[in-house]
Amino acid sequence: MGEITEPSMVKLEEGVRYIPGVNALLGPLNALVNWGRAGSIWPVTFGLACCAIEMMDAGASTNDLDRFGILFRASPRQADCMVVAGTLTKKMAPVLRRVYDQMPEPRYVLAMGSCACSGGVFDTYAVTQGVDQILPVDVYVPGCPPRPEALMEGFIKLQEKIRKEQFRWSQWR
Amino acid sequence: MESMAIADRLRAEFPDEFLDTVTHQGQTAVIIRPGRIVAILRWLRDTDDLRLNHLRSLCGVDNVRRKDPRLSRFEVVYNLYSIPLRHEIRIRAEVGDKEPAIDSVVGLWSGANWLERETYDLMGISFNGHPDLRRVLLPEDWKGHPLRKEYPLKGKEEWTGITELLEKIKELDQHGFDPAGHAHGQNQPDEEEP
Repeated sequence: MGEITEPSMVKLEEGVRYIPGVNALLGPLNALVNWGRAGSIWPVTFGLACCAIEMMDAGASTNDLDRFGILFRASPRQADCMVVAGTLTKKMAPVLRRVYDQMPEPRYVLAMGSCACSGGVFDTYAVTQGVDQILPVDVYVPGCPPRPEALMEGFIKLQEKIRKEQFRWSQWR
Repeated sequence: MESMAIADRLRAEFPDEFLDTVTHQGQTAVIIRPGRIVAILRWLRDTDDLRLNHLRSLCGVDNVRRKDPRLSRFEVVYNLYSIPLRHEIRIRAEVGDKEPAIDSVVGLWSGANWLERETYDLMGISFNGHPDLRRVLLPEDWKGHPLRKEYPLKGKEEWTGITELLEKIKELDQHGFDPAGHAHGQNQPDEEEP
């Protein structure tokens, strides 16, 4: 399960220790909460274009996002993170915002692909030039479309970010 | 039947509507006047040795940059195919320069419904007798027809739906976890290594 640092303590992660036999976790609350959140990112899929194919591929058996604790949910109300995969047209923008508004805090947004990051090649009348106009984006994954490895890297960056959070669980956030 | 033979049959049947034929890369198109389009397409569909019963596509073209005196500014193109007889023909109806309009063929192929709506949406060609001529791709309160050549790539003005949404987001952010800034993520320092 982890590295044994001192007698009867197992270090699961920086700041999070497990005491075998008594079913207890020991550590600062920040570290415990962030450890739990980083290990169970449940994204709601928002596949809009070809990036969605790569996102599905990342979730399938070869790459297998499940091993990070990332389980795709079909409902924003059960999700912690939203993967915006593809070209966001202006007509779709209000829908995207409505789905995002239904997600409970803490919530994160991962913009996947050039179109979601910046509009990509579609510098036209109909396409939103980056979803960060509509949503607060946490991680940008470039690529057209990004390979599944790139999406996994994006999720790892998001995990790193969650681990650094202070008091996001409390009223002093 | 060869496409050229179909064109000749059409010329013999509708001499007043026929303008010209164009063959490009083995594909023959018949340029016609728009007035009796429904009669022409019905004749092509229902004649026994033609039976062009499949409307492959229906679209509009803006010819404003073409220097061909036979063509008007706008045209509607019908690609027809005969499933039983395996031949095809392209019909190009010249619908005029200003306020282009042509009769709807939804009565012949109900699949033309959304195709005509799309042509109306993006090209601004109206279809007389269409049962439900609304925009199909763009939002209903969109201004202009983007596939016309005079439409700038970025549009003339922002769509009101987006400006309303951005205003709404400002209001929503006041109730959110980060009233100071949309994008709470970007405000944090990158690295806090000791």
